[in-house]
Amino acid sequence: MLHEPAAKMGRDPAAAYKTRLGVWMFLAYSILYVGFVAINLLRPQLMEGTIFAGLNLAVVYGFGLIIVALIQALLYDTMCNRRERALAESAGEKDEQ
Amino acid sequence: MTIAIFLGFVIFVLGLSFYFGNKTKSASGYYAAGGQIHWGVNGIAFAGDYLSAASFLGICGMIATAGYDGFLYSIGYLAGWIVALFVVAEPMKRLGKYTFTDALDSKYDSRGIKLAAAISTLVVSICYLIPQMVGAGVLVEPLLGLPHAVGVVLVGAVVITIVATAGMTSTTYVQFLKGGLLIIFSTILVIVLLVRGLTTTPDQGGRVPFVEPQVLPAMVNGDSIAPVDASWKVVETHEAKAAKTTLVKLEKDGQQTWWSLGEKAGAPVLHETQSVTVAADGATLYNGVAASETNKELRQVGSLVALEGKTDVKTGSLSPFGFLSAMSSKDTVVRRWRDAKFDDAAGNKMTVYFQSFATGNQIMRPGLKFKLQGTLLDKLDFVSLMLALFLGTAALPHILIRYYTVPSPSSARKSTIVAIAAIGFFYILTMFMGLGAMTSGVMNPADNNMAAPLLARSFGDLLFALISAIAFATVLGTVAGLIVAASGAVAHDLLDRYANRQMTEHQKVRAGKISAFVVGALAIVLGILFKGMNVTFLVGLAFAVAASANLPAILMLLFWKKTTAKGITASIITGMVASLGLILLSPDLYKQYGWDPTTAPVPFSNPGIISIPLSFIVLIVVSLATQKRDATGQTVAAAKA
Repeated sequence: MLHEPAAKMGRDPAAAYKTRLGVWMFLAYSILYVGFVAINLLRPQLMEGTIFAGLNLAVVYGFGLIIVALIQALLYDTMCNRRERALAESAGEKDEQ
Repeated sequence: MTIAIFLGFVIFVLGLSFYFGNKTKSASGYYAAGGQIHWGVNGIAFAGDYLSAASFLGICGMIATAGYDGFLYSIGYLAGWIVALFVVAEPMKRLGKYTFTDALDSKYDSRGIKLAAAISTLVVSICYLIPQMVGAGVLVEPLLGLPHAVGVVLVGAVVITIVATAGMTSTTYVQFLKGGLLIIFSTILVIVLLVRGLTTTPDQGGRVPFVEPQVLPAMVNGDSIAPVDASWKVVETHEAKAAKTTLVKLEKDGQQTWWSLGEKAGAPVLHETQSVTVAADGATLYNGVAASETNKELRQVGSLVALEGKTDVKTGSLSPFGFLSAMSSKDTVVRRWRDAKFDDAAGNKMTVYFQSFATGNQIMRPGLKFKLQGTLLDKLDFVSLMLALFLGTAALPHILIRYYTVPSPSSARKSTIVAIAAIGFFYILTMFMGLGAMTSGVMNPADNNMAAPLLARSFGDLLFALISAIAFATVLGTVAGLIVAASGAVAHDLLDRYANRQMTEHQKVRAGKISAFVVGALAIVLGILFKGMNVTFLVGLAFAVAASANLPAILMLLFWKKTTAKGITASIITGMVASLGLILLSPDLYKQYGWDPTTAPVPFSNPGIISIPLSFIVLIVVSLATQKRDATGQTVAAAKA
């Protein structure tokens, strides 16, 4: 029985680059996330301290984890798009030659 | 008006479903919307799938009762999308066809993987379905005045119709619509909340008069507790050990009420409580008075005792930072309500809701629910939860199948980013909605799941009707997505791929629809049976099962060349059995069974810290033991290197 993807896809020459980039970005975010968990475990009272505009560390760090996720996601998309375009252009030039 | 808005919304959703139903003729259309959904629509549909009853009802309710500890779920749920975007999204799109099992099995064509992954999909989907159906029942009680069971049946029937008519296409557009509306109306709710500001005498805009709970000066002499006012007679005293409070039953003018022992300005006092009594003959009493048309529910609660040190204050409009800053002050005191369940001396089943005071700095950091300054086990429980939330998202079958509805890996990536933006924004709103409900005198002490809709009702019936209709659609949409995932596991993974039943495209779609009907019927029954269980708690457990059973297999398949089919199969089974076993033997589940939680053999509630590493270890050990070897005895992978 045939078993192809629902939508046909060609080869993705940027796949290796995107995988590598994704792993590094995942590790960077994981460090931030582990930091949040570690502070709560080891020095929970630190979370009460006011650090910005009347907000305590718990709120700033918590909101920060959400905002950083979005910033990293946009950065990742931009870098992936750039590499996909560059590889597509170089493949186009090779075809013309 | 509430009913009209609600019915209008449901009819619109059904109409959309039938419209797309006429267009769905192939298996690709049914399971993966033909792989042609735009990434922007898919991104908001992701948000619709993900912002389930657990997010809107459960997280807001948990923040309203446990402060920042509820927001930990928001952080963990959102962080999980990082794993989905950076590690899983594009590879899953490249590997799969209709289901998560397809992706796992793409390199091996293994019957073991097909069976294990399909069962795992079914188990995770059902774990996730239960709280959604419970949420549906909770919603219809105040919205339509219908019993819990009727609400569950109503949701089940509508969802089965949606899924069985058009599958993934209609589910996607329902999710898109609902995800968008949920974010828009939650934003409106937060804006009107900030405009109203905070007060120590919340009266829901003049709709419900604020009632200050009574306090009686008391005398404590050894074990003897009595009010100073001799007109109150002490009937019995109960030490509620699990709730860590002392309760006293008093009688005055023939009416018996319960009070909790506390302290005010260094002197002992008795605080007014609320109670539900179920007598041996089945009669129910609210606050010591027989239930009747005029006495059929508890008083709404949740208020500030002091705001930044002031006890009689009405702030007027506040900025978002001003709101959070005022709530974080150590001079802010919030009156929360907790419960104690026990049998009284007369043999009545008692649930007493007593006041519990917390300062702003305690509320706005973790620690009220998760005992971070407690024992090592308490800390491990917290780490375990955060681990499961982080790793669970990328392993949820109903989320993974959405990667097959878009045309390319880059569309999968872009739709994930839209989802992160929409979901992240919504989760920031949950903090405001939860704290708003905590301080606006809207909470039902017996059930925190309705915190956000009840907060909306404090601004009038129109907002309540709209928010409730959207909350109901939230449940509808998520249940629809889960049933598509579960029916795909049965019809596609088990019947078509595992049992190798030769079916035409039409037969495959019909098998999917029959499976959707069966899974939907099962969900209705479970939703009725599990009435009263905490919605977010159950979803957290579904995350733990998904992270334990599915994620090790996905990650190792993508990043470890020595992974074998037997390794993946063993890992899925180990993760699923270990996480489910630990959950079923945990203190929280013992409490749900009505047994003493201290006798539970597993001393913590979140299994991820054990079951996730165990699943990884099993995958590695079994894969190493089942490597293919060439004639020289070298493993095939080593020979290639």
